[in-house]
Amino acid sequence: MRDRFPGYDVLNKRGSPSWNEVTRQVIDARLAMPREPCFFTEDEWLTLTAVCNRIVPQPASRPPIPVAAMIDHKMANDLTDGYRDHRLPKMQDAWRRGLHALDQETMTRHGGRFHGISATEQDALLTRMQQGELSGAAWGTMPCRLFFSSRVLHDSVAAYYAHPTAWNEIGFGGPASPRGYVRLAFDRRDPWEAAEAKPGEDAAVERKNRDVG
Amino acid sequence: MRQYSETDPVDFAIVGTGAGGGTLACRLAEHGFSVVAFDAGAWWRPLEEFASDEQHQQKLYWTDERICDGENPLTLGSNNSGKAVGGSTVHFAMVSLRFRPEWFKARSKLGYGADWPLDWREMWRYYTDVEQALKISGPVTYPWGPPRPRYPYRPHEVNAAGLVLARGCEALGLPWSPTPLATLSAPRGLAHPCVYRGFCTIGCSTNAKQSALVTWIPRAVRAGAEIRDLAMVGRIDTDASGLCTGVHYLREGQWRFQSARNVVVAGYAIETPRLLLMSASNRFPHGLANRSGLVGRNLMVQTNQAVWGRFDEEIRWYKGPPSLALTEHWNYQDTGKDFFGGYAYMSQGPLPQQWAATQSSNHGLWGEALIRDMEGYIHQAGLKIVGEVLPQEQNRVTLADEKDQYGLPIARVTFSLCDNDKRLVRHAIRHMTEVMLAAGGHDLWHEDDDTAHLNGTVKMGDDSRTSVVNADCRSWDVRNLWVCDGSVFPTVGGVNPSLTIQAIACRTADRIRALAASGDL
Repeated sequence: MRDRFPGYDVLNKRGSPSWNEVTRQVIDARLAMPREPCFFTEDEWLTLTAVCNRIVPQPASRPPIPVAAMIDHKMANDLTDGYRDHRLPKMQDAWRRGLHALDQETMTRHGGRFHGISATEQDALLTRMQQGELSGAAWGTMPCRLFFSSRVLHDSVAAYYAHPTAWNEIGFGGPASPRGYVRLAFDRRDPWEAAEAKPGEDAAVERKNRDVG
Repeated sequence: MRQYSETDPVDFAIVGTGAGGGTLACRLAEHGFSVVAFDAGAWWRPLEEFASDEQHQQKLYWTDERICDGENPLTLGSNNSGKAVGGSTVHFAMVSLRFRPEWFKARSKLGYGADWPLDWREMWRYYTDVEQALKISGPVTYPWGPPRPRYPYRPHEVNAAGLVLARGCEALGLPWSPTPLATLSAPRGLAHPCVYRGFCTIGCSTNAKQSALVTWIPRAVRAGAEIRDLAMVGRIDTDASGLCTGVHYLREGQWRFQSARNVVVAGYAIETPRLLLMSASNRFPHGLANRSGLVGRNLMVQTNQAVWGRFDEEIRWYKGPPSLALTEHWNYQDTGKDFFGGYAYMSQGPLPQQWAATQSSNHGLWGEALIRDMEGYIHQAGLKIVGEVLPQEQNRVTLADEKDQYGLPIARVTFSLCDNDKRLVRHAIRHMTEVMLAAGGHDLWHEDDDTAHLNGTVKMGDDSRTSVVNADCRSWDVRNLWVCDGSVFPTVGGVNPSLTIQAIACRTADRIRALAASGDL
């Protein structure tokens, strides 16, 4: 897959007027987040990691965003969203039950754990979860479709796009305080924003993006 | 800041410091009353404490547990619930619109909902006061409604995301306008103009945003009000004569009591009815101010559906306030509709987490499909409505059995759209699809499951049998109990509610001064 923003690294702006002190502290802490689970058990962690790898798959060519660890951090600190569909148990309980139920479904269908089956099989199971078609006893009263949208998608996607590496992929300008932006119209890029490469422009755009800061 | 004793009654204990409570605290203090205003959230210093980071700024939201049910369970938290001094105005999108005059008499003039006990001409004067107080930036002439004075500050430059709306509307021959916004387009005091950093809905770190935190609250403190932050009010006490005597609040791990001659509840449309219901006593077994049985009922949101699309140009919609252009065409146009009520729609600029959440939860994308689609982020644009829902008594806030970290029963929030609400949404999606196509958008899709804002639950009216408070926001049942926030709205209109909440608060302060002068307080 071609990089649309070759050479762009939002972290190069860390020392620029686009990042205030509190932003530097917050992002530093996120980048230093422990990669080992404190909330999930070793068994749950294997399943969670496998799920995250399918929901937000990552290329082998760069250090991965620690999506599962970020979810673990949210659970360990019980950082709730401020609302809960009445059909769902509390956030932490929903994750535990959902991961267990997913493994049970895998056991029934494939005779093994979720992390052990192929990516194609994993995707098929996750699709069935999204469509509300899993109904093993381990789900209890929790609808699998709701677990998928409110927990699996919600938490893993939020974690992924909270990471500077994801901002690089989509050409987001990243933190902007106190310096904001000046050029607001169509097709106008401030020099401290990512340049997008059309096919054949990669080398020239990469030079531009190396200067972003 | 002046500080008041807990045992000597203050004139007003105000619960909540957002658009309602913050504004009222300021105006009552300026009228010479002694005021203590409580907020469950922190008193942030944006310049030192606000990061440019969606995740971290969750600290501005009310993220305590609430249970949501009904046919369309609501999304709360970051979507519409603030927990900070300044309330939700600390993270609101700054859109500052007046109601259409007829909405104050929606039942008599337009045939739906309920009439307000307020006159639009009086509200027009208070709107002007609030626009001046916040130095709203807006166009010289606004295309809809009766004449209004010039906005105090010039309009902001419209970004590419807003120009998409403009291009689409112009192609279809519809009027549009730069959005009147509560963020500075010129210096004001120590604050410099908006620098278009685009993080408005997670808190402005430069103080260009004219939230209650930087406008009404400092004025309130200068006028002698005390703001007590990190103070969760859990109960209003009443005496044998049925009058309020003050509020119980939790601060620094201890339950305390502030004595007061009057109590104002201004916690927004979930926490306000929750507190009234939690204050039930032998004399008021169904909750305070609830003889009508309407406390918690008629919860209204605004529908917030969108049409999204891809453009060949770079849009980079993360730059600038998220909604720099709008049209109120369908708020003022009554023909060609198969529904009651109206809607405005605005240009959009979601930050990455929010956009990814929209793409996953609403669009159903995940895996490679999500990652690939997100790569088009800087070419994306969209239009989103602020749509009117009808008041329905079965949409309501009640108390659940589950308790929160303070040991208080959490709110259960029940919400279902009615057929009229759904027809409005279908109309809006059809219409916005045309606008997006006319603007040159492709790969369009529509988001059909989102809401914004919270209103109703403590209805204002002119009859104690069919409303909870009167036009002065005073409880019919307990004469020294007042409610001053979006809860009092009898109908919700098709514009963002904050300007109207602040206008009502200014009016309420003036009415309280007049009542005090005539010995009727």
